[in-house]
Amino acid sequence: MVSTNEYVPHAAGYVDNKGPKIVTSRFPHEDSHTLVRALATGGYDGLKDAIRRTPADVAGEVKNAVLLGRGGAGFPAGIKWGFMPPVWPRYLVVNGDESEPGTYKDRLLMERDPHQLIEGCVIACYALGLNQCFLYVRGEMAVAQERIAQALNDAYAAGYVGKNILGTDVSIDVVLHWGAGAYIVGEETALIESLEGNRGMPRLKPPFFPAAKGLYMKPTIVNNVETLANLPWLMVNGADKFKTYGSEKSPGTRMLAISGHVNRPGVYEVEQGVVTFRDLFYGEQYCQGIKDGNELKAFVPGGGSAPWFFEDQLDVPIEASEVGPQGSMLGSGAIMVMDETTDIVKACLRLVRFYARESCGKCTPCREGTAWEEKVLQRILDGHGRPEDLDLLLEIGQSISPGVYPVAGFKGEDLDPVPFPPKQTTICPLGPSSVAPITSAVRRFRSEFEALIPETVVLENLS
Amino acid sequence: MSRLNTANETLAKEIIARYPRPKSALIPLLHLAQEQDGYVADDAMLHLAELVGVEPAEVLGTCTFYEMFKREPVGKYILNICTNLSCQLTGGEELLHHAEKTLGIRPGDISDDGLFTIEDVECIAACTEAPCMQVNYRYEYRLSTDDFDQVISDIRAGKRKDLPEHGTLGLVRQHIPADRLAGIESPEEAGTPDWFASRQPAPDESGKA
Ligand SMILES: Cc1cc2nc3c(=O)[nH]c(=O)nc-3n(C[C@H](O)[C@H](O)[C@H](O)COP(=O)(O)O)c2cc1C
Ligand code: SF4
Repeated sequence: MVSTNEYVPHAAGYVDNKGPKIVTSRFPHEDSHTLVRALATGGYDGLKDAIRRTPADVAGEVKNAVLLGRGGAGFPAGIKWGFMPPVWPRYLVVNGDESEPGTYKDRLLMERDPHQLIEGCVIACYALGLNQCFLYVRGEMAVAQERIAQALNDAYAAGYVGKNILGTDVSIDVVLHWGAGAYIVGEETALIESLEGNRGMPRLKPPFFPAAKGLYMKPTIVNNVETLANLPWLMVNGADKFKTYGSEKSPGTRMLAISGHVNRPGVYEVEQGVVTFRDLFYGEQYCQGIKDGNELKAFVPGGGSAPWFFEDQLDVPIEASEVGPQGSMLGSGAIMVMDETTDIVKACLRLVRFYARESCGKCTPCREGTAWEEKVLQRILDGHGRPEDLDLLLEIGQSISPGVYPVAGFKGEDLDPVPFPPKQTTICPLGPSSVAPITSAVRRFRSEFEALIPETVVLENLS
Repeated sequence: MSRLNTANETLAKEIIARYPRPKSALIPLLHLAQEQDGYVADDAMLHLAELVGVEPAEVLGTCTFYEMFKREPVGKYILNICTNLSCQLTGGEELLHHAEKTLGIRPGDISDDGLFTIEDVECIAACTEAPCMQVNYRYEYRLSTDDFDQVISDIRAGKRKDLPEHGTLGLVRQHIPADRLAGIESPEEAGTPDWFASRQPAPDESGKA
């Protein structure tokens, strides 16, 4: 064991802070990924509890706990489960595709505690009355894949997964599946397409809400890795205890990855709604201040797709219901901090380039729009920008996401926030996400863009 | 190059059997082909089309959507250097330029000795450990340019036995013994599990039949 409030060397980046641990309790153990360690620390106790109860009872416990999805949208798992029509077969697909810029938590959960995740999957399958679960791990995560493969092999052999689980008649298969590099596959309908062996392009919702028409057009629940990792603890300790952590609207904890210009970047499990961004960035048990004592310039509160926050938002609590009205989202728990030395145009371009590269190409506003956003930003950065380029950027944004785009407010200039989420002309939210860095950066740091754009050169009469 | 060899064909059939529909196995099978040859060969795709019962064009369609599948040989070690925001803020782009200079190649190219291919990649989920790189999808964290040089010279000196050659991902495969399998059926055949039906709340006594 290591002392508290320190990096845990074998779990790169994870900081064991002093708060309560729901999903990271095994991380301090070097062998946290093994069945031996899992069993020595209460592993599969949650499954044993669940299987003694009726599936409806287990689903009720999850609903009571108000377990908000940890994959990005923050929808309550219990309510989503309730959307499934009484149709069989039905499937559970676990979203382990983690690729949102700045996000680093699901990989830790898969590498460091695969048994917790597998146990969570089996509990969810039991509650949903289904016997087929696919665990979709991002292609690039070789170690997560081998840890889960080993854990599944061990769990099958020990009777926690497969035929006659724990000696009962309950039989559930959990199959490891892995991707091959495409951010868009994290979107749930694209994940399903990919799991059907196709190109990972999203389906239109409605009608293709996975709970009704998902894998093979059958009812399918897609849940994030962290969401399901909460279930073993929840079964053992109950919804009431769960709700003693975090806030009323967002009970429990979240894993947050704080990266960029802070003194101690790291992945922290924190109670939702209790700490603020200021606590996280400057607190002794968290990031211990901005790098080199610099000033904060901007931060991304919830992954590359989230509109940026600034010093005005430092005292907002880490809670979806607080962050949304302030103009952004908590998304996937990815916080990226930019200090005063940051080249904002470069940062903005880098995020936009991500969306341009990752657009699946299915809808025109996203496919063409993201490519043009990148091109225009690149020429501004290269010193070839045109005076009308900033307006052009915002206009392209309008074709992907019409109306006023969500942004943070700032008091100095009497600007009010525009609440999340944005509107979209596209099939999925990837296209609109590309507008977030542009709108945020241009509104707040317009002069930095303008400084790069040469004044119009009026050619003299050359005669 | 080639179709799947006999051992891999057996493995492919085991993988296909884990899915309600064979085509679902396509991505894992394309990885298997890449593991065998270091890239996804055309003949291997034809073979996969036969194995899962789809047209070869569908296999090609799936293959070309995903960045990890290479249709031509690449270096023995792929160096994925992240330049997305967290890495950009902490020196990822400088690291990429250093790699280009030291190896004398641009992203996508193979070094003269056939050992390395560099890629300028998107976020690889190690943001707190930026700047970071994957070598054949295994991580190097908080990497300085000196650290990078060390990784390269260690690989050249044959000291990195922990790194499988390009194409191999997880070193452990899932294997479900026949007697442990709950049972996988096609979506057309599968129904409500018996254990679920028997665990429904008792029907309301006063209610109708
Ligand atoms: C472009 C895009 C990428 C996404 N990527 C991921 C991802 O990598 N992992 C994830 O869990 N959810 C991702 N999501 C959200 C999923 O669509 C889905 O909402 C989530 O997996 C549901 O799980 P939860 O309810 O447990 O949060 C993404 C959504 C979009 C639009
Ligand atoms: S918005 Fe972009 S990524 Fe999403 S479906 Fe349309 S083209 Fe594909």
